[in-house]
Amino acid sequence: MPASCLKSDILSHKEIFSGVYQMTCRFPGPKAPGQFFMVRGWQGYPLLSRPISVNDADEDTVTFVYEVRGQGTQLLSALRPGESVELTGPVGSGFPVEKLSGRVAVVAGGIGIAPLLYAAKSMKGCEAELFCGFRGKSYLVEAFAPYVSAVHVASDSGAEGHHGFVTDLLDAADFDAVITCGPEIMMKKVARACREAGVLCYVSMERHMACGIGACLGCTCKTLHGAKCVCKDGPVFLGEDVMIDA
Amino acid sequence: MLETVIHGVTFKNPVIAASGTFGFGHEFSQFYDLSRLGGISSKGLTLEERFGNSGERLYETESGLINSIGLQNPGVDAFIRDELPYMESLGTVILANLGGGTLDAYLQGVEKLNGTSVDIIELNISCPNVKAGGMAFGIKSDVAYEVVREVRAVCKKPLMVKLSPNAENIVEMAARCEEAGADSISLVNTFKAMAIDIHKKKPVFDNIFAGLSGPAIKNIALRMVYEVSSAVQVPVIGMGGISRWEDAVEFIMAGASAVQVGTANFVRPTVCLEIIEGLEKFMVENSFQTIAEMVGIAHNNA
Repeated sequence: MPASCLKSDILSHKEIFSGVYQMTCRFPGPKAPGQFFMVRGWQGYPLLSRPISVNDADEDTVTFVYEVRGQGTQLLSALRPGESVELTGPVGSGFPVEKLSGRVAVVAGGIGIAPLLYAAKSMKGCEAELFCGFRGKSYLVEAFAPYVSAVHVASDSGAEGHHGFVTDLLDAADFDAVITCGPEIMMKKVARACREAGVLCYVSMERHMACGIGACLGCTCKTLHGAKCVCKDGPVFLGEDVMIDA
Repeated sequence: MLETVIHGVTFKNPVIAASGTFGFGHEFSQFYDLSRLGGISSKGLTLEERFGNSGERLYETESGLINSIGLQNPGVDAFIRDELPYMESLGTVILANLGGGTLDAYLQGVEKLNGTSVDIIELNISCPNVKAGGMAFGIKSDVAYEVVREVRAVCKKPLMVKLSPNAENIVEMAARCEEAGADSISLVNTFKAMAIDIHKKKPVFDNIFAGLSGPAIKNIALRMVYEVSSAVQVPVIGMGGISRWEDAVEFIMAGASAVQVGTANFVRPTVCLEIIEGLEKFMVENSFQTIAEMVGIAHNNA
């Protein structure tokens, strides 16, 4: 599915947790789980658009869940329904949900939970469990209810669930496959556990990027198959291909 | 109306996608018909394949972008074999942008490109990010003169020399490259810059220094194009922060026969098209019949 660059109406936009926003925009056409859009909600500066993953989608709309991190997401968060954003996408190679079967662990760290909702929703004939870690209180977890049979929460502060790392809760050997998105250090641990248990593992990588379409080569990562663009060849890769030193 | 002829090569319009911002075209072809472009300058090529630089490669500034890509490219042979057939099919002028760490690497690269369908060789003596990028040749004009003279002797294609704004004296640099046989001069590449991560208390880039592009450099680049175009007879191709059609008009009025659009391609993939359309509209509204009528007009009215 080729990407397009369109002005898109904001249909709804709300803060679902402190500093975390959910925005739904009109954008016709298919979007695959794990793909993302370059999002721009301002003229001029910041210069670059912001890569934000697909949190949910249907034929006519796309939903993003993002955390306010800097000036771009701050400006974005101030937009109201009825206003518009510029979207370039969908871009990237996402989670190959058709290759997943049996028991699947969905492992999220912080805002990395966002793309995993659409991935969990898109998995067919799998029995999925959600493992998610947060700094403090959780968010977005209840949206997974229709798609997962169990939820395991961890928090750095102990505010909710297990006081510690989400990886403490996961035994990769219990699953046929693992998909994960979150801090790289967490994904490294997950990928290593999967490799040791011989379990299929897909990770969604994050890098600074300028274009989002594979032209700037700013987001290059080393893989077992040479240099790859996180934006175009990824963001989703086989764990064993990118977590080389894990 | 937009057609412009530069050293015998006909461009359907004066808007060229700049090297390093457009890959080999594939990524942009999903957004528009690339035959609309005046030309495409390939990702910077080196004789051998390069992985590029380690560590952070991008840093966004208030109004620009610092990059430390480090000429990640498949090498000249793989370009000719895997990428050029596609680029040839696009129906636009193809520039092969060639960097090199040594004179010999430049000469070998040129020899390989001589036998291909590329329309122009854009000799990059200006990449600040790697030794192999050639900026060592782009600082002192006497050094640049020697490289361009040697390359000219073996080059069978029109030779465009891409200058670094980090040259000791950009006007003298351009004049010396012309004297050495350059058919045209393109300028500017990125400005040597840096950023510091105050939390890690160290430079952002592994190479410490990197190249600044984008709107932040536009008016310095414009000044350089203005100065250079009055010092050389060969055509000047202007670039540096062009992101709107108005910027392109400014560079043409400063003396550029064509322009290259770089970083703006990252901001909006269709920007070159918007610039071409805006330029045409401006010419109609202002009764310009040809691009040539606009080239350097600001000098006459200064």
